[in-house]
Amino acid sequence: MSGHGSVEDARPGRIDAVEVRHPWRWVALAVIAVLVAMLAHLLVTSPAFDWAFTLEVMNQTAVIRGLLLGTLLMTVLAMVIAVVVGVLLAIARLSDNPLLSGAAWVYTWFFRSIPRYVLLFLTGTLGALFADGLSLGVPFDFLLTDVLGTPELRFFSVDQATVYAWLGGYAGGVLALGLSEAAYMAEIARAGLLSVDRGQHEAAAALGMTQRQVMRRVVLPQAMRVIVPPTGNEVIAMVKDTSLLSALPVTVELFYQVTLISGRTYQVLPALAAAVIYYLVLTSVLMVGQHFLERRFGRGFGQGAGARTAAAGVAVGPGAQK
Amino acid sequence: MSAGAAREPLVRAVNVHKSFGQVEVLRGVDLDVHAGEVVCLLGPSGSGKTTFLRCINALERIDGGRIRVDGELIGLEERGGRLHRLPDARIAAQRRDIGMVFQRFNLFPHMTALENVTEAPVRVRGVARAEARERALALLERVGLADRVHNYPAQLSGGQQQRVAIARALAMRPKLMLFDEPTSALDPELVGEVLAVMRELAADGTTMVVVTHEVAFAREVADQVVFMDGGVVVERGTPADVIGAPRHERTRAFLARVRDDD
Repeated sequence: MSGHGSVEDARPGRIDAVEVRHPWRWVALAVIAVLVAMLAHLLVTSPAFDWAFTLEVMNQTAVIRGLLLGTLLMTVLAMVIAVVVGVLLAIARLSDNPLLSGAAWVYTWFFRSIPRYVLLFLTGTLGALFADGLSLGVPFDFLLTDVLGTPELRFFSVDQATVYAWLGGYAGGVLALGLSEAAYMAEIARAGLLSVDRGQHEAAAALGMTQRQVMRRVVLPQAMRVIVPPTGNEVIAMVKDTSLLSALPVTVELFYQVTLISGRTYQVLPALAAAVIYYLVLTSVLMVGQHFLERRFGRGFGQGAGARTAAAGVAVGPGAQK
Repeated sequence: MSAGAAREPLVRAVNVHKSFGQVEVLRGVDLDVHAGEVVCLLGPSGSGKTTFLRCINALERIDGGRIRVDGELIGLEERGGRLHRLPDARIAAQRRDIGMVFQRFNLFPHMTALENVTEAPVRVRGVARAEARERALALLERVGLADRVHNYPAQLSGGQQQRVAIARALAMRPKLMLFDEPTSALDPELVGEVLAVMRELAADGTTMVVVTHEVAFAREVADQVVFMDGGVVVERGTPADVIGAPRHERTRAFLARVRDDD
């Protein structure tokens, strides 16, 4: 018994077997190919689609301004507020102080309960609360005036119209989106902080670090590894939520500008296609950025470390022992 | 070492009590450690030895008794005829002079070995970066890791990680080193390298309190062996007495069990 196809050699050698076939993959490929072809045909031949017009919309100064200021810059500013406030909320939530912890919980509860569109609308009308304008100074100074006869203790004041203009405009948008997102970031940051082993706090404390130093130098950098990936998702979600800004209203914004054009020209589909393409581009760029951030904060963990461990010869990581 | 009897001990713990909820883990522990002395705490798990060690640098807050290190009350202050608990910042300051090595190393995984060792001197003591780096390199060389200074903890074996952890604690120039079962999380073949470093520290006159199951190490290195069970000290003395000729039945039973494991 010898030869190429023999199955029963005494000392089996190299395996020359028939691979498992996947006929359904070919069926799936065919179905998807047909669907893509139909869609492409529709997009190219339909008279409702006018790609030249789409390009023209994408090139409008107002649209590009909306993209840069209303979508991109707004996303950045809102997320900066969200991350800073969110991390502080998470630290408050995890603190031993029941008042701080409770306040952080209430904040999260409130902002997670209000739909963002409603919140933006609401922010635009909040000026009504400040009939006397808004001042920076000693709280309840008017009571002091009544009792002690002290003068007004205000260092900086603006009138109601200004408050309306601020809250009902770009600043209001940054504030509303940022504070609302902070509630979600707080939960993400909390999960990140909790993911850091108790032993890390203890080792840092045993070295004489203050609680602040423990948090800043040891716990937060490690928590970032867990915080960054979901935060990337939040940034991408925020890009899309800037399209709600017309509720305030903020008019320097991509989607709003595109709807203006579509309303004026009745070329709805090609105009919206311009917005869709910009959102796709923006999201793609952000995904690349997220990849690099994850690598930065993954230092000492996971695959990067593993690859170099192989060279070092031994592999015992913090994750390896329990 | 025994000549230190005339001087104040470096560590003086008197009648230390500690409960976790309803469970009383320490029920009146006394311990004196003189400068330059090595004390090994032996005892079955749950005997309170690790908890007691953690009380010495205020990682646990004691409910009764007093602990003094170099004459200073740990975690407490007497003011106006009353005891006051110290705020976090003051406790942090007390911990600066007490090094600790943990069972599970607890190196900072996002920092290299070198960064692990320089971090506290730079951030906590305010030592100049270059000076801290120089000292860290010397310490890492001393624990045999001169060629691993730029590795992350995940790239080091358990024994190497624990030696970095020892260097990290030494970098603060502590008056006292606490070791909490420093070899218990290690593979058997890596225990020796860590014990060798500790033996060398002991020979250099470092004051050490070591919670361990390594009876052979205790016998060889300790000046004083303390056997704990049920939250109290059952017996104490020289290694020859406690390990060689234990007087108490519980000590004998424990030693027999531990030796069976070897």
